[in-house]
Amino acid sequence: MRFAAHVNVMPRAEISDPQGQTVERTLPAIGFQGISDVRVGKRITFTVEADDEAAARSIVESASEKLLANPVIEDFELELSAL
Amino acid sequence: MRPTVGVVVFPGSNCDRDANYSFEYLGAGTRFLWHTETDLSGIDVIVLPGGFAYGDYLRTGAMAAYSPVMDSVREFAAAGKPVIGICNGFQVLCEAGLLPGALRRNAGLRFRCMPVRLRVETLDSPFTSGGMWPGQVLTIPIAHFDGSYYADDETLEELLAERRIAFRYCDQRGELTPESNPNGSRLHIAGILNAERNVLGMMPHPERAVDPAVGGTDGRLLLASVLYSLQPAET
Repeated sequence: MRFAAHVNVMPRAEISDPQGQTVERTLPAIGFQGISDVRVGKRITFTVEADDEAAARSIVESASEKLLANPVIEDFELELSAL
Repeated sequence: MRPTVGVVVFPGSNCDRDANYSFEYLGAGTRFLWHTETDLSGIDVIVLPGGFAYGDYLRTGAMAAYSPVMDSVREFAAAGKPVIGICNGFQVLCEAGLLPGALRRNAGLRFRCMPVRLRVETLDSPFTSGGMWPGQVLTIPIAHFDGSYYADDETLEELLAERRIAFRYCDQRGELTPESNPNGSRLHIAGILNAERNVLGMMPHPERAVDPAVGGTDGRLLLASVLYSLQPAET
């Protein structure tokens, strides 16, 4: 089976995010009010082939822990859907 | 004994030749080690140089940490031999788990390229034992976008308790003023040691401060110290 995988990688909540802060300061300057808590992360997408969803999830999870995210500074969430 | 320094070259390394030049300037032999090499026999010191290994794609040092040479570097370090990661090399060592913590985007979101002052925090390592004094202020250049050292509170306490912070950013008097921290590193950390004290990671470039024609000579103290640490005691 083939699955579409999406891994969302975000700086961990307790870590300051200078990129997010800079975006947050810029938004009101160009007319967007009421925006706060901006954080900048990244989204990694790929296709994974595995016997079933559980196997696919385990591949994506371990790939995320080992390479796609750095657990010292980042958290990740993954989404999986059958293709 | 003329030591041989192995300078690892990843695709995208760009300070490998500087590292090579500076160690040869100090009289050592050198050998470039391509990132696919695994035979480190005859090498006495390993340098992971600065640059942008594997383009620094995904995160700085992330892909380089899994290159074939790094398994050999891990064994080399486990055998107690000295390993220095400079700038990108520091990032690689953290990603490879040889040093704790991570290097993040500079707090000011700017690439910082300038000489900085570093305070020597411990003499208990092959990189600092030969010819420095505690609290000595060195002038060594930095050149990086992702040099903000981060580790959680628990790790920082451990680094402090075990005196594993090698260098901290300071002013010319050795004070840890906010202005002297060029990148927002926690505790002003510029360089740290592993628990066994034979692996050093640092953002500043000692290899750019060896030849008096460019960048001063304070880097010599560090590089010469490593070479000195390899010499057998005179009998």
